[in-house]
Amino acid sequence: MNQKTSILNLTEDEWVNPGNRACAGCGLGIVYRTALKALGKNTILVVPPSCLTVLQGLYPIAATKLPCLNVVFASTGAAATGVRAAMRARKKDGVNVVAFAGDGGTGDIGIQALSGACERGDDILYICYDNEAYMNTGVQRSGTTPQGVVTTTTPIHGKSQVKKDIPAIVAAHHIPYLATASAAYPLDLYDKVKKAITKKGPKYIHVHTPCPSGWGFEPSQTVKIGKLAVKTGLFALYEMEDGDFKLTGPSLSALSKPRTPVKSYFDAQQRFASLDEEAIAQLQHQVDQTWAGYMG
Amino acid sequence: MKPYKFSNFLSKSESGPGDGGRTGSWRVLRPVIDTTVCIPSKTGKPACFNCWLYCPDAVITKTIPPVIDYEYCKGCGICAQECPANAIEMQDESQFAPKEK
Repeated sequence: MNQKTSILNLTEDEWVNPGNRACAGCGLGIVYRTALKALGKNTILVVPPSCLTVLQGLYPIAATKLPCLNVVFASTGAAATGVRAAMRARKKDGVNVVAFAGDGGTGDIGIQALSGACERGDDILYICYDNEAYMNTGVQRSGTTPQGVVTTTTPIHGKSQVKKDIPAIVAAHHIPYLATASAAYPLDLYDKVKKAITKKGPKYIHVHTPCPSGWGFEPSQTVKIGKLAVKTGLFALYEMEDGDFKLTGPSLSALSKPRTPVKSYFDAQQRFASLDEEAIAQLQHQVDQTWAGYMG
Repeated sequence: MKPYKFSNFLSKSESGPGDGGRTGSWRVLRPVIDTTVCIPSKTGKPACFNCWLYCPDAVITKTIPPVIDYEYCKGCGICAQECPANAIEMQDESQFAPKEK
């Protein structure tokens, strides 16, 4: 698994149909397409209410070619456990049971089901695409919304609390594989999903997913914004195999290079409009401290 | 009498394109590939394919030259932004509309 996938040897199989209901320039479109390429045909998806439910389609047309179970918001982890138990009872090994949830469905509403599944050690892959608010219902703040972001429920001054670090919460369950990825680096995401499904037990991948309509930028900038988040160090790409932490891909090479100032990331999006110079300096200091820890 | 089968009563979606309708009609700007600049088209060899990789809607093919499905392309413009050769130009959709007689 050490060999990295390149664009040229990436499979042409598509498991998502065109003409789905996702917004133009949706970061989730890239994440979903790439992750399903890595998972392949032998996969069952478990999806709670989220933007993905919208993308996935309304009866009678489904935008995905894989079997998919739509479950209630708080039960994603538990439902995935149930699907795995059913596969075991029918003696169908080698089926990937994948929970695909948004940040609200993972870190706020669904956290007890996720924690339970991780603690029980169920053989599932949990992918959380983090678009940093409840986008599908109209941009309400979530636990993973970063500090200072203006949403419809944190108007004018922005959110005052800091972003919840869900990968760290999941890492505290000591699961065999945990990784973060970004919609702007699909090949990195592909490799991480491929690696995750070779492991037994609970696996978790947290994917940073830019959202043009919720974050306030042009749809064409989705990948640029995603890359900027990684280059500024606000979102670090790493993986933890059996507790061994290591930075990967662009974040690893960012260790030896000077990082882009966080201001360029904030200026590119309308949702950070409430931040003043003082707040930006403070956030830059926080990022510098985090990275000083990585270099440590 | 036929045996009772629960699965007959389940509502099950069938996979197919166009769940959101013809999403090409959302488009304001149309991406047009200039095959004299596009790297795989120019050299005739498989290379680059960044447009195919980053397209969120899977409407660009990994072929030489890459082909865009205008029936479903939403016109987000990520392909034009990510093309390293700047071979994709976003053109105003109105000029492609059928002329009124």
